[in-house]
Amino acid sequence: MSVASDIAKGDSGKVGQLFNFLNRLPITGKIGIVILLFWTVTVLTVQFWPIADPLMMAARRLQPPSGANWLGTDALGRDVFARTLHGAAYTIPVAVVVVVSAVVIGSVAGAAAGYLGGWTDSIIMRAADVTLSFPPILLAMTVAATLGPGLPNAAVAMIIVWWPIYARLMRAQVLEIRTREHVEAAIAGGAGKTRVLVVHILPLCWTPTLINATMDFGQVALLAASLSFIGLGAVPPSPEWGAMISEGASKFYSWWIAFGPGMAILSVVLATSFLGDGLRDLFDRRGPK
Amino acid sequence: MTGSPLLEIRDLRAAFPGPSGPVEAVRGIDLTLEASEVLGIVGESGSGKSVAMMALLQLLPSTATISGSARFKGQELIGMPRREIRQILGKDIGCIFQDPLSAFNPVLTIGAQIIEAIRLHDRKISKRAALSRAVELLASVSIPQPQQRARQYPHEFSGGMRQRAMIAMALANEPSLLIADEPTTALDVTVQAQILDLMRKLAQERGIGMVLITHDLGVVAGMARDIAVMYGGRVVETGTAEQIFYDTNHPYTQGLIAAMPSLDQKTDMLVSIEGTPPSIFSRPPGCSFAPRCHMAQPMCGETDPELRQVNTTLTACLRAEELAGQGRVTA
Repeated sequence: MSVASDIAKGDSGKVGQLFNFLNRLPITGKIGIVILLFWTVTVLTVQFWPIADPLMMAARRLQPPSGANWLGTDALGRDVFARTLHGAAYTIPVAVVVVVSAVVIGSVAGAAAGYLGGWTDSIIMRAADVTLSFPPILLAMTVAATLGPGLPNAAVAMIIVWWPIYARLMRAQVLEIRTREHVEAAIAGGAGKTRVLVVHILPLCWTPTLINATMDFGQVALLAASLSFIGLGAVPPSPEWGAMISEGASKFYSWWIAFGPGMAILSVVLATSFLGDGLRDLFDRRGPK
Repeated sequence: MTGSPLLEIRDLRAAFPGPSGPVEAVRGIDLTLEASEVLGIVGESGSGKSVAMMALLQLLPSTATISGSARFKGQELIGMPRREIRQILGKDIGCIFQDPLSAFNPVLTIGAQIIEAIRLHDRKISKRAALSRAVELLASVSIPQPQQRARQYPHEFSGGMRQRAMIAMALANEPSLLIADEPTTALDVTVQAQILDLMRKLAQERGIGMVLITHDLGVVAGMARDIAVMYGGRVVETGTAEQIFYDTNHPYTQGLIAAMPSLDQKTDMLVSIEGTPPSIFSRPPGCSFAPRCHMAQPMCGETDPELRQVNTTLTACLRAEELAGQGRVTA
């Protein structure tokens, strides 16, 4: 808890405090932050970069990596390097939207279930159980296929797959925190139900959610790419990573087509796992470092 | 205020659902507290003393069934709608908890929490006014540099400071009744005395009535006018502090007093009462203290004695007369 207050602390120098906090991360966590920062900057600015147009087709098809095309060209003569960087602008925003929505929906549902109990609890948690009983990729595929191809529909499918995880997490936290003495003290002070939940329970519940959301970010990016790979996500000619790997898979001997997006996905998944691990170590001081 | 007592508890019972039917944690207690007096409730863990107080403040889980009567300034608290009792809790009745670290919200500053307590019951007060009131309150419980302290988090306070802050918070809305549940148990012995002194001083200055729940006879000794000794969910003896200490008529109270190490006598072995309190799932049919009582006789296992006047105190013991007049047994 003290870490949580370390962050929240201070009327001055919140940025400095955040920096100090992140500075305590293990080296892998810092690497994770650097990679994620790189992709964030890329997403925001890639359209201004002096690289090839990701959609421009040239006569030079299936060229291996060279000085002109660092990662070669694909079957339509498009520059793989440029497409990989532009691909971030598809996958990463989708992952952000999915994780944030799943956290918000799941946390609200889980908090309601844990705090209100009774019927509310039963209905919400059974819905979560049913959702979780399907293999995620299968459920996401089914929903995405029903809604039709396209990244927005894939995002909806992934939110449906992911919210129950956060609902369970938040419910468990609320159940634990609500038995703390300060909650009882607040009730003894005359605080109402809503106030107790919002002021005295929820602020202590977000740590596991934050760690999980960080780790899930990579998984969601991977699932988004997977859906695109099987044609249920981004539609051609978008330079989405999963779709690019799919193109590369059909041109197996031109390994470089899949190499760029493959490494991009790998870097995102690794970075979020590193960062999530590091955050967990920092927040949970009970466990071994 | 009328002539009615500040707090009047009659036949208060609290039961929880158990594996085989409800189990009673509090089995019909009667207590009376006059305005600006201090009532000490003494008992071991599991004697039902905290549950009784939580029952009348409606702080027990909703599975508990509570019956009986608890009148605060003439208002019946038992069965009062949540909406109404909220107006009383934290305003007319302040609470102090055992562990001041866990009783504060760890992610809010002490000042913010006192401000919250004030604004919860006075919606018109401005933030600024509430802050200066909070600082005033912290100063009144002898917290140095209250301005700076108000901006700190609970983990930055020492145990004694935290309990002072807790007292400040309980006093925020000028209550007429303070319920202190083991207020010094989590503190160092040296700090205990300071906190007790502070509570006594503040309660006297402001004319606050106080219920002091503790397992430590030494705590109530200098504080309480009246003492109720609880065992197995019932009050087994009640009287003024003096009567309880010097003229007890109940073997359990006697045991408790004997268990206090004395300064006047050199003791090699600490005295204790053999055995443990009965589990609330398997209470003996008769007097619940009988299995541990050195005076127990067959009849004690059959009838659960009622409180009755014996000598000076109200005692629930079949053999109280034999103890009466023996004075303080040890030391």
